[in-house]
Amino acid sequence: MRKAKDYFFQSLLWLSAIITIATLCIIVGFIFYKGIHLINLDFIFGDYSPSGGGGILPMIVTTIYTIVISLLIATPIGILAAVYLQEYAKQGRLIRIIRFATESLTGIPSIIYGLFGAVFFVTVLKMGMSIIAASLTLTIIVLPVIIRTTEEALKTVPLTYREGSLALGTTKLQTLYKVILPSAMPGILSGIILSIGRIVGESAAIFLTAGTVAAMPENIFSSARTLTVHSFLVTQEAGDIELAAAVGIVLIVIILILNLSATFISKKLNKADY
Amino acid sequence: MPNHSNEELVSQIESSNKRKYFLEKLSEKVFLFCSLLSVISLLLIIGFVFYKGTHPFFAEGYSFIEFIFGLDWVPSEDKFGILPMIVASIFATIGALIIGVPIGLFTAIFLAEIAPKSIARIISPAVQLLAGIPSVLYGVFGLAIIVPFLQNHLGLAKGQSLIAVILVLAIMMLPTIVTVAETSIRAVPKTYREGSLALGASPIGTIFKVVVPAAKSGIMAAIVLGLGRAIGETMAVILVAGNSLVLPTSLTDSIRPLTTNIALEMGYAFGTHQEMLFATGIVLFSFILILNLVLAKIGSKGGK
Repeated sequence: MRKAKDYFFQSLLWLSAIITIATLCIIVGFIFYKGIHLINLDFIFGDYSPSGGGGILPMIVTTIYTIVISLLIATPIGILAAVYLQEYAKQGRLIRIIRFATESLTGIPSIIYGLFGAVFFVTVLKMGMSIIAASLTLTIIVLPVIIRTTEEALKTVPLTYREGSLALGTTKLQTLYKVILPSAMPGILSGIILSIGRIVGESAAIFLTAGTVAAMPENIFSSARTLTVHSFLVTQEAGDIELAAAVGIVLIVIILILNLSATFISKKLNKADY
Repeated sequence: MPNHSNEELVSQIESSNKRKYFLEKLSEKVFLFCSLLSVISLLLIIGFVFYKGTHPFFAEGYSFIEFIFGLDWVPSEDKFGILPMIVASIFATIGALIIGVPIGLFTAIFLAEIAPKSIARIISPAVQLLAGIPSVLYGVFGLAIIVPFLQNHLGLAKGQSLIAVILVLAIMMLPTIVTVAETSIRAVPKTYREGSLALGASPIGTIFKVVVPAAKSGIMAAIVLGLGRAIGETMAVILVAGNSLVLPTSLTDSIRPLTTNIALEMGYAFGTHQEMLFATGIVLFSFILILNLVLAKIGSKGGK
């Protein structure tokens, strides 16, 4: 009886694992199968043409714009915020409030960020549907990610490093940027790479703040579409699954490279001898 | 005069120290300000969404009850009822949980406890990678494979339906649930397993009665994360939901959840219509809060 029960549960575990792995393989396989024949240099580096057959360079450029702008703002703020929480703050109500706010920001769905961005940045601050409005919205989305990963990285820096540096007569600030931050750098970097992944994969918030113009953006105040939004729109408007899958391949390859480099960097972190 | 130069030196050191102390003080203030920015952002977001979303009810005389329980959403006729969307969101989320959580959890247990190390070492990172794939792609897959499949095999006029949304959301939350749950199961100390096995429990019995309960808080976190991804998902859902404004009564009905209503109409909405979309956002917000609270309750009860 007990044996039969064990066999039942064991096969259930195997079955679930097979379902999960098969489904995920089918999805990736499907996207590559449908889209791979469209992938060539002209597709990636060619300008978009509304009549079809064009490339996706404008969407790649837009995606890069959003990554660069939102990280330029979110990275310094996020790192300094984490430094405050980890190195300066005394436990108390203020810290609890800041931690609570950071955690809550993580739980808000991106469509709500989109709603907020569409009114605050687009309308109130009069930026219009633009790359800059989308990037500022994305800044708020990735801020908690950067704060949390930086905090984790700072935690791994041994206390003896700080004590050693302070004992040499340095100020807290000197210890911070000469000793603590360099030691925590690999962890911080992999956090930033994870944020890039989040920005690349984001769609709803960008859809509501950057608009859908399918052309090379003139500057950061132009409306434009990112890769994910493009993939969505060609599916929804034209039902062009193959084109959507081709864009999907580009996205998956980007995410793969980002993940590999994050793993590589955090492995380096583990090898560093503390 | 040696005395004089000595004094000069002292005053020089003092002024340099003063600058240092000033810099220390200033930098701490700057750091504090940076960490307060997340509080400010949160307050701004909540403030804006709630101000905009409650305006029609306080200032324009719309009834909140009619908004929540109204069956018709016709902005051009000034009718704003979101009951069908609330029901659609609830059904889609619960359906995705029913399918996604057990499969995801069992896969996590499999990878952490049963799978040969060489297999787990390949599959775990692959699943982790899939958690990062843009959700739109799951929608594209759903529209290209799941929707036609339902259309052909269930004889639906339109494959875009509640069941299609449930399947896409369930698949989408799998990698998240597997990755987080697997980490927490692996973190259970080996001694727990050894103790249970030494008492004569079978390996499978040990997994379900000792290891899984010990990893409970991490497993709950996995479910909450997967859930958050499912409720908040918008673009993938638009592709497979069909977006009809009817109260869903069966799995094959075309639905329009709360998120897609916002995304579909925000582009051209203005005035009261736009404010009603913010009100939809508030409902979505409260929805997420309630579900998280319920799950936290379940989690803490299981612990006793």
